Amino acid sequence: MKELTCIVCPNGCELTIDEKTLEVKGNKCPRGADFAVNELKAPSRTISSTVKTSFKDVPVLPVRVSKEIPKEKIFEVMKEINRVTVDKRIKSGDVVIANVLGLNVDVIATSDILLNEEHYGKH
Amino acid sequence: MNNYNTIVIGGGPAGLACAVKLHKNNVSCLIIEREQYLGGILKQCIHDGFGLQRFKEKLSGPEYAERFVNEVFELNIPFIVNAFVVSIEKKDGYTINVSTVEGIKTYTCENLVLATGCRERTSKQVEIHGSRPKGVYTAGAVQHLVNVDGVIPCKKCVILGSGDIGLIMARRLTLEGVKVEAVYEIMPNPSGLKRNIYQCLVDYDIPLYLSHTVKRTIGYPNLEAVEVMEVDEKLKPIEGTEKIIECDCLIVSVGLIPENELAGRIGVLSDARAKGARCDLDFETNVEHVYTCGNATHVNDLVDYVSESGEVVADAIRDRNDSERKLIDIEVKGRCAYLVPEMIDVNKKNNKRVMYFRSNKILKNATVTMKVDDKEILRRVYANLRPPEMERIVVDYPELSENSKVVFEIEEAK
Repeated sequence: MKELTCIVCPNGCELTIDEKTLEVKGNKCPRGADFAVNELKAPSRTISSTVKTSFKDVPVLPVRVSKEIPKEKIFEVMKEINRVTVDKRIKSGDVVIANVLGLNVDVIATSDILLNEEHYGKH
Repeated sequence: MNNYNTIVIGGGPAGLACAVKLHKNNVSCLIIEREQYLGGILKQCIHDGFGLQRFKEKLSGPEYAERFVNEVFELNIPFIVNAFVVSIEKKDGYTINVSTVEGIKTYTCENLVLATGCRERTSKQVEIHGSRPKGVYTAGAVQHLVNVDGVIPCKKCVILGSGDIGLIMARRLTLEGVKVEAVYEIMPNPSGLKRNIYQCLVDYDIPLYLSHTVKRTIGYPNLEAVEVMEVDEKLKPIEGTEKIIECDCLIVSVGLIPENELAGRIGVLSDARAKGARCDLDFETNVEHVYTCGNATHVNDLVDYVSESGEVVADAIRDRNDSERKLIDIEVKGRCAYLVPEMIDVNKKNNKRVMYFRSNKILKNATVTMKVDDKEILRRVYANLRPPEMERIVVDYPELSENSKVVFEIEEAK
């Protein structure tokens, strides 16, 4: 028996999973059962971070991975994220790193912060 | 042209949702924001998990905020940024004096929405002895440094308090190569959400010490270490448990309090339990035409509810009639930490009203009831109630009078 906390939604159900039969208990919804099974077989996470930009008004741009990545790849993906400098005024949802490390996941911008001058004018 | 039906003070998630809904309700409004850009604290909350209830998606803070900000742009809702409210005068509605980059400007309105959010408690508000070295920050300050300014302020840190922002920053700093030594929590239970303990601490092998606190900072002018101690049930440090932890940074994540400085100045009363502005089921305060929403009312754990309260206010302003107000207090009993709203205007229609509460203790199989003159109008049994997790209920009140006795109670399973 392994004990976990479900991270799918804010309910944070306390789960137990039988390592042999993969029977899950404590979940209020089916997503909790899927989470527990994945957590045992191939745990994955989404990560959020920032990338440097070449613009003085916005030193860093928030980014995240477009889909979950294997947990053991988190620090390798972080290395890739910290290698990038954005030099175009891209918008939220635009791809910053395509298919990072061949994981079939993109690193995408999560803010329109680089377009602020357009909306608010120069200060 | 400086007159609006409603002025919303604060361009964070509560104020934005309120303004967008007011506009859709054909009520003219202006948003006043003191920072350079709209979005409030969400601008620096780059982690994901926002908006699951409202959008059925896991968004980052900026993504969630920009859904509303973009509506403000598209609908041409008036707003001013870099604008700080200096004073509010009450005469034929409200006159608001605002300090802006172009000097002092004056606006007038009939209704005022205080969407001023909350502030962090600081290290000065918890007992930490020692000098005042560089390297002591609140979790929110570190979040701004890392996520907005792109500055990593330390190499090795200790976190005091298990609030959600502290937990999230433990993970964030770890991803950026900082060694997070441990999280110390004075209470016997964590104050953050369980999923954050799991995905921010357990995932990265960061230890969490409950019933422990930081007693002293060591080093000057730079922080070199902290002294931590175990505490007893009365939260008193136990002698002989002192430990010195070397670090160049102490991050304090010891809770948030609603910001109601402006509210207080115009006579709005605060609630001793929720710490925010007291209000009726329309989120209208004791001062007529003055509304509260979001974290200025009480500290929410999900932004979805912050937006929701802003929208409740917007609908209330649309439906406003100027019948005389008659406010009664809801009595709160049992294991309830707080209930929001705290009052009822018995002259308003009070069917299907959204309310929020927290328990003051971890409870299993707790019963929650709302009674009007001893008659139960709501009963719910919760398998689990935990102080860090806010609960939402919808209450359908019958017709009430000035003499109605309304009682909310959380009972522990016997």
